[in-house]
Amino acid sequence: MSNVIIKASKLTRHFEHVKAVQALDLEIEQGQIYGFLGPHGSGKTTAMRMLIGLLSPTSGEIKVLGHALPQQAEAVRLQIGYMTQKFSLYDDLTVLENLKFIANIYGLPVKHQSKRINELLSIYGLEKKQSQLAGSMSGGQRQRLSLAAATLHHPKILFLDEPTSAVDPENRRDFWEQLFDLSDQGTTILVSTHYMDEAERCHKLAILETGIKRADGSPQTLMQNMGANVIEIEAQDLRGLKQSLLPLDGVISAAQLGTRLRVLISDHIQNPVAFLQQQNCIHPQDVLENVRPSLEDVFVTSTGRSTP
Amino acid sequence: MTSWLRIKAIFFKELIQLKRDRMTFGMIVMIPLIQLLLFGYAINTNIRHIPVGVVDMSQTGISRLLIQTVQATQVVDVQHYFQNEEQAQAAIARADIRAVLFIPQDISQRLARHPSVGLGTPASTDEETARPIAQWIDDGSDTIVAGAIKGLKGMPLVELLNKPANRSVPTFEITLLFNPEQRTVVNIVPGLVGIILTMTMIMFTSAAIVRERERGNMEMLITTPVRPIELMLGKIIPYIFIGSIQVSIILGLGYTLFNVPVNGGLWDLAGATFLFITASLTLGLVISTIAKNQLQSMQMTVFILMPSILLSGFMFPYEGMPEAAQYIAEALPATHFMRMIRGIVAREVDLFAMSYDVYWLALFTLAGLVVASLRFMKRLD
Repeated sequence: MSNVIIKASKLTRHFEHVKAVQALDLEIEQGQIYGFLGPHGSGKTTAMRMLIGLLSPTSGEIKVLGHALPQQAEAVRLQIGYMTQKFSLYDDLTVLENLKFIANIYGLPVKHQSKRINELLSIYGLEKKQSQLAGSMSGGQRQRLSLAAATLHHPKILFLDEPTSAVDPENRRDFWEQLFDLSDQGTTILVSTHYMDEAERCHKLAILETGIKRADGSPQTLMQNMGANVIEIEAQDLRGLKQSLLPLDGVISAAQLGTRLRVLISDHIQNPVAFLQQQNCIHPQDVLENVRPSLEDVFVTSTGRSTP
Repeated sequence: MTSWLRIKAIFFKELIQLKRDRMTFGMIVMIPLIQLLLFGYAINTNIRHIPVGVVDMSQTGISRLLIQTVQATQVVDVQHYFQNEEQAQAAIARADIRAVLFIPQDISQRLARHPSVGLGTPASTDEETARPIAQWIDDGSDTIVAGAIKGLKGMPLVELLNKPANRSVPTFEITLLFNPEQRTVVNIVPGLVGIILTMTMIMFTSAAIVRERERGNMEMLITTPVRPIELMLGKIIPYIFIGSIQVSIILGLGYTLFNVPVNGGLWDLAGATFLFITASLTLGLVISTIAKNQLQSMQMTVFILMPSILLSGFMFPYEGMPEAAQYIAEALPATHFMRMIRGIVAREVDLFAMSYDVYWLALFTLAGLVVASLRFMKRLD
């Protein structure tokens, strides 16, 4: 028995003249943290909104928890949680009032409400903030409140649309700890991001560009199968070196990282270090090192763009 | 299943938001208070002290007495004297004065033959006895001012003569049942209830859905299990209370300051007000599902508000409008409420006697709720 709980086939959505999402196929299994990695405008939000039933696809089919969307959207409402990209709780309500509102809207029995709300306040470190207006809180606090609200009714699937875009790095790390906790409890999480380090934490991810899925799989598989080797070169005049290397056949990209140049070499070249050493622009004293690929390299090879 | 828990959640959320919005909260009280004071004192259709001029060609004791008698009515206020008619008409054109009293040279002869004087001599022809003693020349563009001047047409001349005159017997006897003193406030105060409720109720809810969309709350709200009808009901119920507060302020002050008592039953008043408030609120909700932003919703509110003031019978009698305009007026909740509230406040009519208006407002509310709920899509398409 397959435990795929989100399935999309040939999912397409056009806005006027913009093809926001094109023929997207997805299979997300229960308990996975599934990432959408892509730059702004790559169709992450549109794809997510269709999977929630907020947008109707131009064509293609969606099944979430066995229900066809968007026709049966109401049937899955109680089983999904959604954290919007922009803060969407009420600025002029306090933390507690917002959570109570959500608890009532989701029909949580009144006698269980305060227990569940206190639990959430403690998990997300909001006990001391409970009578503060949501609008007056920091980005990190609002993000935790949003996550608390989205998970209040114990959803089976959690949709997070760029949840960490307004948050500092430390809060981002804590936030991911909380996501792993939820994942351990069996919650399936679909998260969109344009941060490489976040994408790397996902069990599986799909790289999106201009509405098209360029690659998908676990971060490890993606890195292994990216079809390129990564060589880092330590040399003088890295900018000049980059200009000389880029036109070469087999060189996919070159990017300066501090005192090193990170070069992606297509894997049809058997020995990439030797290949580079043969080039005139490489001097004998330059240090060449074959390094482990990163997700950013996968992104570059699959989209042809340098940064998301 | 419609959930009362969810309706209650939205109801309390709206109340809390309203409470935190000090300005709006203040306006709930200030709008009816200030507007009642302003219009209660300001609007008066019994016109007094119209500035007029006089052209006195006779310069006799009689003419001066006539001018004094006219002044004594308080309808006009003589402010200028002119040598001739041309000067007077120029002053009317400049709007220095609204009308001119033209007293001919032969006023004494005209008066002597006037039927109200009733002298047998000197012998007069019919043409001579049919001559008025003087003439009013009025601007005429403002029909209400002109009406007041026209009212002087049959002014009794008792004062002018040193003896009791033969009073002419009127064609009709007129009895004024419900407002014998002809005080404008008796009509204005209940009318203001309708106008102020139209304005505040439609305005509050016309922004209701749009505001959630503009502030970004809508995307969250539509992913929850909330049903459109629950959202609509939760959003209008708080304003039913607010509308009731406003009605109490207007009618309470109307009684204490302007001495306009509510003659009809309080339950009839409550029923009519409830029907009108819910009708206005659902109209606002429908606007809110059409408007894309708060500016648009405000424009649509004004679009409804203007005919509600001008066609509902608040300012001008319904009967005076052409049939087509009456149909438009019938479509507005304010027209029905204007009839009901004036009936209850002034004439002690009960709701059963106005069942047409009751049914109409109830149907309007139901239809509005259905339309708003159907128009409200839980989608972003």
